[in-house]
Amino acid sequence: MSSTTAGVLFIAAMLVALAATYKPLGDYLYRVVTRERHYKVERGIYRVIGARPDTEQNWAGYARSVLAFSAVSIVLLFLFQRAQGALPLDNGFAGVDPYVSWNTAVSFVTNTNWQAYSGESTMGILVQAAGLAVQNFVSAAVGIAVAVVLVRGFARRATDKLGNFWVDLTRITLWVLLPLSFVAAIVLVAGGAVQNLTDFTSAITTGGDTQTVTGGLVATQEAIKNLGTNGGGYYNANAAHPFENPTAWTNFVIIYLLLVIPFCMPRTFGRLVGQNRQGYAIAAVMGVIALVSTTLVVGFESMANGTVPQAVTAALEGKEVRFGVADSGLFAAATTLTSTGSVNSFHDSFTSFGGGVLILNMMLGEVAPGGVGAGLYGMLVLAVITVFIAGLMVGRTPEYLGKRIGAREIKLASMYFLVTPALLLIGVATSFAFPVNLDSMQDSGPHGLSELLYAFASASNNNGSAFGGFGANTPWFNTALGLCMLFGRFIPIILVLALAGSLAKQRPVPATAGTFPTHQPLFVGMVVGVTVILVALTFLPVLALGPLADGLQ
Amino acid sequence: MSSMATVAPRGKETRPRNGLLDPKQWITSAPAAFRKLDPRVMWRNPVMFIVEIGAVFTTVLAALEPSPFAWTITVWLWLTVLFANAAEAIAEGRGKAQADSLRKAKTDTVARKLAKQDPAIASPKVETVEIPAPELVRGDLVLVEAGQTIPGDGDVVTGIASVDESAITGESAPVIRESGGDRSAVMGGTRVLSDWIVVRITAEPGKSFLDRMIALVEGSERRKTPNEIALNILLAAMTIIFILAVVTMQPVAIFSKDYMAAAPDTAVLDGNGVTGIVMVSLLVCLIPTTIGALLSAIGIAGMDRLVQRNVLAMSGRAVEAAGDVDTLLLDKTGTITYGNRRASSFLAVPGVAAAHLANAAQLSSLADETPEGRSIVVYAKEAYGLRERDTGELTGAEWIEFTAQTRMSGVDTTEHGSVHRIRKGAAVQVIEWVKTAGGEPDQRVHDLVDQVSREGGTPLVVAEHQDGETARVLGVIYLKDVVKEGMAERFSRLRAMGIRTVMVTGDNPRTAKAIAAEAGVDDFLAEAKPEDKMALIKREQDAGRMVAMTGDGTNDAPALAAADVGVAMNTGTSAAKEAGNMVDLDSDPTKLIEIVAIGKQLLMTRGALTTFSIANDIAKYFAIIPAIFAVIYPGLDALNVMRLASPESAIISAVVFNALVIIALVPLALRGVAYKPGPASALLRRNLLLYGVGGIITPFIGIKLIDLVVALIPGIA
Repeated sequence: MSSTTAGVLFIAAMLVALAATYKPLGDYLYRVVTRERHYKVERGIYRVIGARPDTEQNWAGYARSVLAFSAVSIVLLFLFQRAQGALPLDNGFAGVDPYVSWNTAVSFVTNTNWQAYSGESTMGILVQAAGLAVQNFVSAAVGIAVAVVLVRGFARRATDKLGNFWVDLTRITLWVLLPLSFVAAIVLVAGGAVQNLTDFTSAITTGGDTQTVTGGLVATQEAIKNLGTNGGGYYNANAAHPFENPTAWTNFVIIYLLLVIPFCMPRTFGRLVGQNRQGYAIAAVMGVIALVSTTLVVGFESMANGTVPQAVTAALEGKEVRFGVADSGLFAAATTLTSTGSVNSFHDSFTSFGGGVLILNMMLGEVAPGGVGAGLYGMLVLAVITVFIAGLMVGRTPEYLGKRIGAREIKLASMYFLVTPALLLIGVATSFAFPVNLDSMQDSGPHGLSELLYAFASASNNNGSAFGGFGANTPWFNTALGLCMLFGRFIPIILVLALAGSLAKQRPVPATAGTFPTHQPLFVGMVVGVTVILVALTFLPVLALGPLADGLQ
Repeated sequence: MSSMATVAPRGKETRPRNGLLDPKQWITSAPAAFRKLDPRVMWRNPVMFIVEIGAVFTTVLAALEPSPFAWTITVWLWLTVLFANAAEAIAEGRGKAQADSLRKAKTDTVARKLAKQDPAIASPKVETVEIPAPELVRGDLVLVEAGQTIPGDGDVVTGIASVDESAITGESAPVIRESGGDRSAVMGGTRVLSDWIVVRITAEPGKSFLDRMIALVEGSERRKTPNEIALNILLAAMTIIFILAVVTMQPVAIFSKDYMAAAPDTAVLDGNGVTGIVMVSLLVCLIPTTIGALLSAIGIAGMDRLVQRNVLAMSGRAVEAAGDVDTLLLDKTGTITYGNRRASSFLAVPGVAAAHLANAAQLSSLADETPEGRSIVVYAKEAYGLRERDTGELTGAEWIEFTAQTRMSGVDTTEHGSVHRIRKGAAVQVIEWVKTAGGEPDQRVHDLVDQVSREGGTPLVVAEHQDGETARVLGVIYLKDVVKEGMAERFSRLRAMGIRTVMVTGDNPRTAKAIAAEAGVDDFLAEAKPEDKMALIKREQDAGRMVAMTGDGTNDAPALAAADVGVAMNTGTSAAKEAGNMVDLDSDPTKLIEIVAIGKQLLMTRGALTTFSIANDIAKYFAIIPAIFAVIYPGLDALNVMRLASPESAIISAVVFNALVIIALVPLALRGVAYKPGPASALLRRNLLLYGVGGIITPFIGIKLIDLVVALIPGIA
């Protein structure tokens, strides 16, 4: 079987697997967030945290809860890492350096999972499992909850009540993320991922050297790391490490895990607004962008410029031979299209264009299908902007799902759209103000610029993957990227919640023949067009000097 | 009637008297275009304000380091701003001429205020105080006699007069205005032709109809509409994005230039990065200048199109709302059907000769002066050849005239002492009359009556009573509502646009249903009272629909106020006109359909030009990015798909295209994009193809063509 055929089959199998899950998982999530009754265990949790589950919040209240919860999470995770040395199961490591602790706390709470540390040499089993993994769950749940609130904004009429954050958080964690990652972890263990409480094992390699092998609760963390589009690897090598991702088929499982929730959320959206076809339309937009992007990445990697890659018929540098070009390309595309950021190959070594597409994936705002929740709300904001421009062209005040897109809605949507490009571009530009920053680039010229672009694209969009080769562990980059992660996560969340609030207040306008239909291929094409064109227009100058100049030589 | 013929041209197809290729309009608007460069005016249009700042900046740079390239760019940047200003000035200019002639009607009017503010006067020979019209306040009573101009908007409280309203409506036939009732409203600037009236002023000074009309056509009171505000926000956001993209490009450019230090310095890029002139050029090309330049012209032109159709909108918001209308309430009479019902057949009760019925129908209608009565006489003549007789022809006849109370008319003739009575009228009354006279109308009569009602007609029963015999019903006259031609087609077009039409009528449900079916409306409200209309509007609005309606009477006022688009007829009362948000000077209820189309066109034009504007950016990037950077990374020349002659010519061509496209699109902005009623998806597909795909392709061609010319300039290529 040629590698092209293998790649096509791999992608086709992934599509089938996702399509098969679309309805059941989407419907299940719908039932979880709409259930009237509270279970006993839930009530117990609400009592402990002092939440009043039957009181629904308005958007501002919801936002306050999200921010408060996240702020407390950052502080606790920070202290937890600092106190590592005094706690059991520390693998003998001391408390984590304050700077790295801070960066890691922000990174995990924002669902970014940018790692300024190396897992096996910094974090013990306890911090990994009880600190980082916990945030893997709840930060993902926060994203899903915010997306659900935005959809409620569309679905509800003339109200300011948008649900209760604590209820959403608890239910999504307990009944969606926990059970799914439980199953996923078992599958991964079956595939050979490790799951133990051993800190280090010494082994003699075939060459006669002594190698220290780190154990730990890897499979469980690997499961939620991908399922929750987090991406923070247990090991520094992330999913390229054989203990995290042992075989080609676990590779398939991991890619599936990181795509499954984001791709099924449009179904939940369709159910909540009472029109499944609207869900299909959004899923189609995500699917089209994802497919094109993946094809491009795999294509560029397979065509491979350069003497050595041509000789081996593909650009294999930085890729695991266990996975090969196609599987690595798909993984890379999937991890940047979602906000996961786990890697099974080194993106720095991708071809210029291939790496460029990965950067572009993140620049798109990670909406195809994006992070858990974050992908859906990002895509819906783009749909709102599309509806506004298109709606005017049919001669009516634009409306989406019966809600008018007026000045307030467009203001919030435009601001949302401004945030990440602003963070990214300002971050990149100001980095040049300090010549010392240029030392962080492994390469100079266009490729070095790509590394820098990648770092800020990754942090601003809460992806968390790194281009590799880029020395981000400096005071400037730790600060700047940390701020990008923080603002890139919470400013959009606040704007999305405000948008939900202003949509929920409206009475829906019934659809007529004069309403422009948002479930047809024409609309799908328009959203794809608006997404790609707006982003291309914003980033073309820097992309031209980075990956394009790099590749067009 | 004079100046107004030009002021308010009639007819649907009236296109702006433009000749946009007529350079005169551009020349006459030039002074205004320069005046509008004032930053205090410019900042209202953020996109063009940025262009102006950019132009100032490049002027300084060009002055410091003059070069043909720098000056060419600078001149064209200024032209870009001036073209935008001129577009707005042209749109405003059209209104100016109208406003000037309106103002003539307003100035120099002297009001004769009653010295004793008591409306109860018997003759115009009372003491009055002459004051200038603008000093009148609400509530003042003024006397207007034949030949004088009415000094302000108001209601007639005493007297009756014929009034020439052509100054406002363009209609030269005089109208009657009298106190009380639905025809009491008069407008300032109109002229009394005969008799005299006392008018109670209802408008505050400066807020009369004429004032509003002047403000409207001049565009001076133009406030941004909700969609315009939303669009402005989106445009501002894009402008910010592009400012960011261009500004942050600079350090990256310096880094890249530094990396490829061997690359020569050019007029476009040197060791200090991209030159200021090129930065500004790139920014101006990227920000949505096309729509930014034309946005206000589109709005003004939209209002202008309404005025041309003799509709005054109180706000742009109302025009925009018209595009959103989901439900149209239309009064049956006068809108869907001709005002009057007409006799269309005589249905004889079995056993009665048709000619006998026709004769009786004619005789009994001779004394009925209502249009329905006349139509019976006419029909008898046309269908039965019965000569129209004069009421004086029959000797010894006693005519019974039609009254609203009896709802019957007829005639009693006496021959040989025996009285023969014929009656014609509403079914219930005539049948009652027959019964009183001992007759017993049988089921066959009821069947006929029902049949006519069911078919949407109005049955009138004809009966006779000869002394000494029992009264009997002869037959039924079928009065039919005549639906105006082409209505069904119009409504189906509205349906295609997603607008539901509801016919409002005082008829009974059966009649209403039949007419509704014939006219092709979607729904009807029968036996409608003003409260029912109001309730219907509320119901529709609660379901999230936007409602439009027309009305003229005072009892329509609450509904007009409640409707999202309320079009008052100019013949209506002041109360109705105050309550609505538009006034139709032609008092044509079907105008609503055109108003909806204008509202839609307004939004479509904005959407289309926004799409076009954004789509244009792709080609501009392909022109400018390789022009700037190919010198350091020659590989980027692959992006120069247009094969433009030189970096300088590429940048100039993009800037020139950006400016010229404003001029090219002014006609479209003023005229509005073509609107063909149809489902939204079809409209979208068409406009997307035209302005989206067209917007991507056009600039590639345009920039290339301009480059071919620019390359000929010495020192550029």
